[in-house]
Amino acid sequence: MTPTAEAPLLRLDAVHKSFGGVRALAGVACAIRPGQIVGIIGPNGAGKTTLFNVITGAYHADSGDVHLDEHPITFWKPHEIARAGVARTFQNIRLFASMTVWEHLLVAQRHRESWARRFLPTRWVDPAAQSRAQEVLGFFGLECARERPARSLPYGMQRRVEMARALSSDPKLLLLDEPVAGMNAEEAEEVRSLLLRLRGTGITILLIEHDMTFVMNLCDYLYVLDFGALIAQGTPSEIRSNPAVLNAYLGREDRA
Amino acid sequence: MSTYYAGLLADVGILFLGGLSVYIILTTGQLSLGNAGFMAVGAYVASYLTVTAAVPISIAILAAAMISGAIGVLVGFPALRLRGIYLAMATLGFGEMVRSFFLIFEPMGGSVGFHGMRHISAAYIWTWAVTVLMLVMLIERSRIWLEMRAIDDDEVVAELVGLNATRIKVGAFGLSAATAGVAGGLFAHHHVYIEPGNFGFERSIDFVLAVILGGSTVAAGPLLGALLLVILPEALRFLADWRLAAFGTLLIAVLLLRRQGLLDRALLSGRLRAPIA
Repeated sequence: MTPTAEAPLLRLDAVHKSFGGVRALAGVACAIRPGQIVGIIGPNGAGKTTLFNVITGAYHADSGDVHLDEHPITFWKPHEIARAGVARTFQNIRLFASMTVWEHLLVAQRHRESWARRFLPTRWVDPAAQSRAQEVLGFFGLECARERPARSLPYGMQRRVEMARALSSDPKLLLLDEPVAGMNAEEAEEVRSLLLRLRGTGITILLIEHDMTFVMNLCDYLYVLDFGALIAQGTPSEIRSNPAVLNAYLGREDRA
Repeated sequence: MSTYYAGLLADVGILFLGGLSVYIILTTGQLSLGNAGFMAVGAYVASYLTVTAAVPISIAILAAAMISGAIGVLVGFPALRLRGIYLAMATLGFGEMVRSFFLIFEPMGGSVGFHGMRHISAAYIWTWAVTVLMLVMLIERSRIWLEMRAIDDDEVVAELVGLNATRIKVGAFGLSAATAGVAGGLFAHHHVYIEPGNFGFERSIDFVLAVILGGSTVAAGPLLGALLLVILPEALRFLADWRLAAFGTLLIAVLLLRRQGLLDRALLSGRLRAPIA
């Protein structure tokens, strides 16, 4: 990958994170450039989800820095980072148990600082939120499920609701933790085309995924994590032929 | 209307407001067993204002709501560190603290109680109850209510979608306490005499029961719950000494058959729970 003048949207410098004696992240450094789909791969326990948790503020790094748009966000609270434009999904789907699909899309829209908009019926005072929710609903093909309790939907749809919730907050950076886990090839292909369309709208996507075919066909750039350290980075074709990766990851894990 | 029925109606209105105060805080997933404490604050503040400062009743009740609400916010901060039964125990402790405070607070009569308030009618109580109900129903359709529910459902995810859980939980405590304060001001002026014993643990439990029985996901829940809690023991009078036992049995039956309470969101919106095909 040739360096360009464009500033990275997200930059990590020498991020360390340990839990007790276990080193989950050991000096991870990366720079995610805007408008790309970037994959993080690595064996189970490599620290991929911990990396997401550090980026979103769920954990704070022991040392090192996280920058979003060149602002240090290392010690920001999760809701501050979310409002700065980072949204995520979870490996094990986490939807709001009491809410319909529609309510998920409304609640995630970054609240606008106005008392009236917050305390009066959304239907009356916030047509912008309504139309944004409708737009996202259409994008993910969830119109038919609008008034359903989200948890009652089939698995694949629940995944889409999670992505829709993340997208409705208008993020700059979308973090997806195993977006096609448990999906068949056809469903994964649907997600792939959705993500390509999202990239087309200017959203930067960082995703963790075990499905190698999916990752190789979708991502512009890849980072390989092993035991908390980055062991390789590059385009999919570079990664495919990288001996360190073959040794550490593909050789062991290529069961799919 | 006979005095007897007017009295029952007034009791329903006050219990409903108390139930509503528990309902508000419960929406964020926080169970309070101390709302009688906020009610006591409201009752004493409103009584002091009307009796010694000759403030008009409605203004006194508004002031009582504001002061109770402010105390609710103060209680809300330490409560942030507690969850589930630990929070319930802490709020219970708060309620008892307020009760024993008024027991030794001589300027407001201490254990002798406080009197001199002018009686208010059941109609006046219901004007307040309906106004507060309409306000809550308005807020139920706003995004702040969705934010409160999101925190109950999954606080971690709620923060990751940009919600400031601390502020919302503390704010809900304040709103809940203010509502209990209104109930207290009305109670004091309906009974024209108050003593610390009026605001004990049993009253906090009554508030919670109204919500659990009637339904904890819609504002109409505590209304139905309050109605049943006041009417049922009366309607069961033919059972003489057995009526309280029969009442307890009915309560258990409701909890077994409809854990979410008699009313819920799905029932009121006519939404079906069937899974999508």
